[in-house]
Amino acid sequence: MTDMTTAEPTRRDILYIATTAVGIVGAASVIWPLIDQMNPDLTTLALSKTEIDLKPVAPGQNIVVKWQGKPVFVRNRPPKMVEQVRAVPMSELIDPETDQARVQVAQWLIVVGVCTHLGCTPNVGGDYDGWLCPCHGSQYDASGRVRHGPAPLNLLVPKYVFKTPTSVVVG
Amino acid sequence: MSGPSTYVPKSAFGRWFEQRLPIMGLMHSSFIVFPNPRNLNYFWTFGGILSFMLVAQILTGVTLAMHYVPDARLAFNSVEHIMRDVNYGWLLRYMHANGATMFFLAVYIHMLRGLYYGSYKAPREVLWLLGVIIFLLMMATAFMGYVLPWGQMSFWGATVITNLFSAIPVFGNYVTAWLWGGFSVGDPTLNRFFSLHYLLPFMIAGVVILHIWALHVPGSNNPAGVEPKSSKDTLPFHPYFTIKDGFAVVVFMIFFAWFVFFVPNFFGHADNYNPANPLVTPQEIVPEWYFLPYYAILRSIPYKLPGVLTMFASIAVFAFLPWLDTSRVRSGTYRPVFKVFFWVFVLCGIGLGYIGSQRVSDATILAGRLLLTYYFVFFLVILPLLGLLETPRQVPASISAAVLGAKGAAAAMPRGVGAEPSVKG
Repeated sequence: MTDMTTAEPTRRDILYIATTAVGIVGAASVIWPLIDQMNPDLTTLALSKTEIDLKPVAPGQNIVVKWQGKPVFVRNRPPKMVEQVRAVPMSELIDPETDQARVQVAQWLIVVGVCTHLGCTPNVGGDYDGWLCPCHGSQYDASGRVRHGPAPLNLLVPKYVFKTPTSVVVG
Repeated sequence: MSGPSTYVPKSAFGRWFEQRLPIMGLMHSSFIVFPNPRNLNYFWTFGGILSFMLVAQILTGVTLAMHYVPDARLAFNSVEHIMRDVNYGWLLRYMHANGATMFFLAVYIHMLRGLYYGSYKAPREVLWLLGVIIFLLMMATAFMGYVLPWGQMSFWGATVITNLFSAIPVFGNYVTAWLWGGFSVGDPTLNRFFSLHYLLPFMIAGVVILHIWALHVPGSNNPAGVEPKSSKDTLPFHPYFTIKDGFAVVVFMIFFAWFVFFVPNFFGHADNYNPANPLVTPQEIVPEWYFLPYYAILRSIPYKLPGVLTMFASIAVFAFLPWLDTSRVRSGTYRPVFKVFFWVFVLCGIGLGYIGSQRVSDATILAGRLLLTYYFVFFLVILPLLGLLETPRQVPASISAAVLGAKGAAAAMPRGVGAEPSVKG
């Protein structure tokens, strides 16, 4: 091909740019389905709500319920535990948040049992009347708030509504 | 791969074929007459050992895939089915599982050899970078393979490693949902990991071909770290190095077989014989031994994003090695101060591995941080400065001189050592 250099853009330059642009858009539109197929599918999205019966949960008891493939911790907190956890000054917290903002009913703590560090499920334990993550040693208190790193955030509070005082729908 | 081929086909069919596809000439010049430095020690056999391990892993893996089911409800039982019912299934699985360990053992020796003898220095930077890519692909492959049996360690290992990406600011949760195909590790995750675990070894094989190509342009480095200057410095690949590599592979296979037949679960974890349970994390989760140093680095940093970044940086730093090491002397043999820092680095890596295997406590976190500091100081401070400050020993004039000693080379030379390889002494 002969090399043509002109000061003005030629019709051929416009064609090159237009062809390349269409080619990129075309390639991107084909790549997107290949990428998006990995996102959560319809059957996974359909399982997004879980109903929990609170009647059998005795005061002081923890239960673990599966929601969206993840554990949800439900704790029936005695009034004394609520008092203690509400007395903690904000300055002591890694991710400051009041207990009042994290529960709808003081008695019932409902949090997603996924450590905000790298996703392990914490066990009941630790120095704060809450949970201890076996993977990297993060600790949470009786409000599911992180009290000891490396986790950066409090345990997530899922969306939930009380259908009756003893039945809650998560999701 | 080393200039025009000198291959002359013996048969008429050979000549006919060679004119149409000169692959035999390529093999001949790459693996028969290819000149290798004559002073290579046994640390140079690990390239051959690694090629053998790649083939072994692909063969055992493809056969295991004929019996394995990548479904969260069936995967665990299908692995037990392989162990109990499939003919020689136990052997294939133990070879494959221990093979991963052997693969990493060999690659770490291979990398440390490169580090000690300066094999990454000009003109071998691209060769080294391709090696770093192979190492990354190996880590991804090994991680996904460990998830497939769908035991407790599989599940929680997958959870922790995929959650590393949740440290990405803003998009973290979208990235993890995309990786999982759900809101947590589950059936879609297992399925795609199986697909990718099957794919990646072939990508490794592709990069290995590039790695060997890039090796055959300048040729192998050697313990003296000086380039071959005459044909007296080299020997043809066959029979000298085919036999030597072959012998090393056989010795390595004995070591491998000992684990496969006598302690097949030595590197495994008992928890992985419990089926995956998304609601209960095992009391202690630890990765496979070859990831322990990186795991220790992750745990040494008390903040999430910096911890994840430091861990990735500890691997990425290898890619910058050719430009971080400023010394003009290639081989560590002639660098008295480097040698000391090198061996401390090896001990530091082993120490990090040990820390990674222990429960988190204040003592392990402190030790982890000290070792982590040395790890990065070695690459980012010691190597750049040492090249400027260290007085290296006299580098030999040639490979022959290095082999025969600096003085009285001629007198000490046994008959035939200096002869052309084609001439018997």
